[in-house]
Amino acid sequence: MALKHQTPMLDELEKGPWPSFVSDIKKVAARKPMAEDLLGVLELSYKEKEGHWKHGGIVGVFGYGGGVIGRYCDRPDLFPNVAHFHTMRVNQPASKFYTTDVLRKICDIWEAKGSGLTNMHGSTGDIILLGTTTDQLEPIFYELTHELGMDLGGSGSNLRTPEGCVGKARCEWSCIDTQDIIYDLTMTFQDELHRPAFPYKFKFKCSGCPNDCVAAIARSDCSIIGTWRDDIRIDQEAVRAYIGGDFLPHAGGHESTKRALDIQAEVIDLCPTHCMEWDGKNLKIDNKNCVRCMHCITIMPRALRPGVDTGATILCGAKAPILEGAQLSSVIIPFIKMEAPYDEFKDFVDKLWNYWMEHGKNRERLGELIQRQGLGAFLKACEITPDPRMINTPRFNPYIFYDPADVPGGWEHDPKAFRERHQA
Amino acid sequence: MAAVEFKGKTFEVDEDGFIASFDTWCPEWVDYVKASEGIAELTDEHWKVINVLQDYYKKHGIAPMVRILTKVTGYKLKYIYELFPSGPGKGACKMAGLPKPTGCV
Repeated sequence: MALKHQTPMLDELEKGPWPSFVSDIKKVAARKPMAEDLLGVLELSYKEKEGHWKHGGIVGVFGYGGGVIGRYCDRPDLFPNVAHFHTMRVNQPASKFYTTDVLRKICDIWEAKGSGLTNMHGSTGDIILLGTTTDQLEPIFYELTHELGMDLGGSGSNLRTPEGCVGKARCEWSCIDTQDIIYDLTMTFQDELHRPAFPYKFKFKCSGCPNDCVAAIARSDCSIIGTWRDDIRIDQEAVRAYIGGDFLPHAGGHESTKRALDIQAEVIDLCPTHCMEWDGKNLKIDNKNCVRCMHCITIMPRALRPGVDTGATILCGAKAPILEGAQLSSVIIPFIKMEAPYDEFKDFVDKLWNYWMEHGKNRERLGELIQRQGLGAFLKACEITPDPRMINTPRFNPYIFYDPADVPGGWEHDPKAFRERHQA
Repeated sequence: MAAVEFKGKTFEVDEDGFIASFDTWCPEWVDYVKASEGIAELTDEHWKVINVLQDYYKKHGIAPMVRILTKVTGYKLKYIYELFPSGPGKGACKMAGLPKPTGCV
């Protein structure tokens, strides 16, 4: 079927061996006028090198301040079917375990009341339903909540939909029950998730082990990353089997033919703290110096496993570049047991939010506030004692300040007198 | 911009139903918007929120942050959503005649 708009530039994006979003939209455009006009407006944007979406529409459903992102086209005269093209975010189940039945029903709702176009999933983790009109928002919300037991996710200055890795459901390395943690946080913080009250967005992400499959350390204001505080479990026999070529390194993730593992070059020399040793028969690990990078475990999964005294490290402050550049999270709580009902963690979150809501400027992420006021101020507000594990290279970069009140005897410092003695 | 007429007054509104200029705000506007905002009858509590928003806007030229609104009115955020079902930004600001809140999604 011929489409309404000519799209020579978009057609270029269908060439080559890669999957193409243009082909996907065209498939839907054959039956949905909304998708047809979407192609038209995109082609026009490419031609004029200017976007034609107005930013910052404000639409939603009653009772919630988030979950719907308003979008209007600024050329409704040319593209009447995308005059409204609002996005809805739907809270995905923990670790994205669905039944096919639920997925079918979501698609049915969207086919009838939206553009039919979906994005599985957005970078926050939600199901993104692309393009509907204002009058359809409440009916869609009703069906999602009453018939599917699903809910809208977060948008705007609120808690964004928490996200976790696959966790103990399918991964033997998971040190914490990421699915339970994500579900619990989602249910506990419903108010924060649906009714924006923060200075800006706030994200929780939870990975079961330091391999960090959801990139919590790079993408969340509060990263919960599984770890262990005892020793790596070693099966010496299996180590020897890797070296003898009986097992595939990386569990066959990078190659399919068996080969002998060069343990010195591929494991020992790559350990960031050089805490491993191979004496020809046995592998020794100086666990005190292990930084839980997971490299050795990932290469020899049948020989090495995380310890059994497991919990999580809590890190804060990651974000993409907005006001300041991109930042990774910093260690705030080196080890926490992270067992239900997670009261210790929630107490920390309360203090953290109070501090951020009190001191954060409008649209200032937690990481930027910590950078502005210093880690010391943040730790004090959260009643956490500074610890060398919060610092990358504590012996070279000891940036912890001591408060005279915390040191027996204390001291007095007179900046004026100091300058007198140090004039230059 | 579309124009709506109500009780002899004319209002310019944008696609989200926000009034074009704060200067054209009058109590009739509140009367006009309340039905679409899911409010049957306005109480003193509704008016308290509207007045706080307008006072702050006149003084600072912007809408207050949610935290300031809850502090000054003494209402919890959840209660403000009970008063104004579509929330402080979309519902209460619209009724108070403030410009549409901008924000990142």
